[in-house]
Amino acid sequence: MNVEQAWAVLDTVPDPEVPALSVRDLGIVRDVIVLAEGLEVVLTPTYSGCPATEVIAQDIRDALCSAGLGPVTVTLRRAPAWTTDWISDKGRRKLLAAGIAPPGVASEAIFIRPRRIECPLCGSTDTERLSAFGSTACKALYRCRACREPYEHFKPI
Amino acid sequence: MTATSAAPAAPATTSESIRLNATPRVQYVLRIADTCLIHAQRLAEWCGHGPVLEEDIALTNMALDLLGQARALLTHAGQLDGHGFSEDQLAFLRDEGEFYNLTLVELPLRKPSGHLPGGDFADTVLRNFLLASWLKGLWTQLVSSTDAELAAIAGQALKESRYHQQHNGDWVVRLGDGSAESAARMRAALERAWPYTKEMFTSDAVDDVAAAGGLGPARSALREDWQQDVAEVLLYAELPPLADTPFVSTGTLGRHSEHMGFILAEMQVLQRTHPGGRW
Repeated sequence: MNVEQAWAVLDTVPDPEVPALSVRDLGIVRDVIVLAEGLEVVLTPTYSGCPATEVIAQDIRDALCSAGLGPVTVTLRRAPAWTTDWISDKGRRKLLAAGIAPPGVASEAIFIRPRRIECPLCGSTDTERLSAFGSTACKALYRCRACREPYEHFKPI
Repeated sequence: MTATSAAPAAPATTSESIRLNATPRVQYVLRIADTCLIHAQRLAEWCGHGPVLEEDIALTNMALDLLGQARALLTHAGQLDGHGFSEDQLAFLRDEGEFYNLTLVELPLRKPSGHLPGGDFADTVLRNFLLASWLKGLWTQLVSSTDAELAAIAGQALKESRYHQQHNGDWVVRLGDGSAESAARMRAALERAWPYTKEMFTSDAVDDVAAAGGLGPARSALREDWQQDVAEVLLYAELPPLADTPFVSTGTLGRHSEHMGFILAEMQVLQRTHPGGRW
């Protein structure tokens, strides 16, 4: 079945900015549709200005075509807006393993001050936020006061 | 120069300006698009010049969000307009009189322009806060626009504007309720920006068309929530609330300050001199 094969391939395409996650883990692939010839992949971009969106579309086309599933059309679907709640459980475990604190529930995080974010390295909650914006728009920079290590936190949005 | 030396080769062509004659619906979308675009351009001027590394990164990240919002809105405005103009043509080939951003966002931030010296971080975080609060209120209402694409763009942008509002609000409080020096400078920044906020809430015929058709709210409908958000932060920042001014800026009508030509020149020069240039 082409669709299952396609999802398996999508699980091997890393996100260019958070390569610990596949595009499937990130929850940006919303649908895979079998066309008369080839596939249509429906993507929902993460942030409005995410510079990786065009690269991701190309990586997806390349990976699926290499697997013999092309030709591939990538379309964008803006609504409903992407949320970090769509990051899979597997994706969250991968983030933690890569030293990035995974996001909490987005709807609960919007209006409150940043909470203590558990250190992905030692598990302490004695942590502080150093910067609201990190190496990418989707992450913030934190420091653990227990193990003294800096780390990134994937912000809930 | 000697008589035999060749004159430098002129570019083969330069891009001609496009003319829109925007309908009220297109102008309504362009007002939001251009406000995001020009604000992004001003914030991007800080790239590599932020007062600390973390804020340098924060400003450019926020600029990136705003640029993404502007791109989606410009693309949509081009589709509504129906003459087939792309986001790039709308950004780089329109003349000043057909840009419809709030005047506030074109005023210099980092670099000097006209008689304004620029370079005070207080102006930057304050403008960011005032504008993010306004955009948050606007996106909140645009989520239920009868225009599905506009609603979809607003759905994502709303979440981004909340982070911008929070981050810059924190800075307004930190500086306003900080040292004597930071408080004085934040207060001066507030006095500079305040007269330009009236345009955010002054509705006109374009707003009326948009509101009547369910495209989006009239600007006057955004005032109450904004005032509430801003008053709360100013209170924490120990900054005095300022009175309304009779002055209303006119960027949303296409009549701009003396700073607009300079920012457009810098933003557009590449596409103007290398038509269709890509890299």
